Amino acid sequence: MAQLEITRPSARRSSSRRRKSCPFSHPSAPKIDYKDTKLLQRYTTERGKIVPSRISAVSAKKQRELTTAIKRARHLALMPFVVA
Amino acid sequence: MQLYECVFIIRQDLSNTQVENITNEFCAIITDNKGSVVKQEYWGLKTMAYKIKKNRKGHYTMLNFEADTDTVAEFDRRLGLHEDILRSLILAIEAVDPEPSIMMQNKSERSGSDTSDASAS
Repeated sequence: MAQLEITRPSARRSSSRRRKSCPFSHPSAPKIDYKDTKLLQRYTTERGKIVPSRISAVSAKKQRELTTAIKRARHLALMPFVVA
Repeated sequence: MQLYECVFIIRQDLSNTQVENITNEFCAIITDNKGSVVKQEYWGLKTMAYKIKKNRKGHYTMLNFEADTDTVAEFDRRLGLHEDILRSLILAIEAVDPEPSIMMQNKSERSGSDTSDASAS
């Protein structure tokens, strides 16, 4: 318990793990399209929920695009709303 | 004139010729009102992620067209009234992708390994 308090999270992150860059903000990055369910599936959980950008490291702008794409795919039953 | 992309789902128990007839019927709405259909794609009978009006599967069709706003409003109204159409989506787009969409690419890939794909899903 005492040991955990000594190693601060901020210090740990800078030394061991760098922040991952956005997978869509790249010149050769894939285009976000509601028809590309294989790509969109990677940004949803097994339950069908959209993964938050703080976990997937998608930029805010691209996350908004991604969200509308997923919602369009759901409307056309290409993706599930919920996986029971 | 604005470019649009429309996807609609037709009930599973209709034959391919009936699906074609419905598609032509909706293409006619556009062409009769000075619009033009740029691209037409039939994605095939696909299993839907959830049931719509007790249907597990549906015939997916995509149209890319150029039309006036009034025409699109009429087109949308007719889609909603049609009993064999389960769902539709109309989007205004900047440009039409000349290549076949990702759905068509998947379809041609899958035709080779149909059995393995069915077991995975």
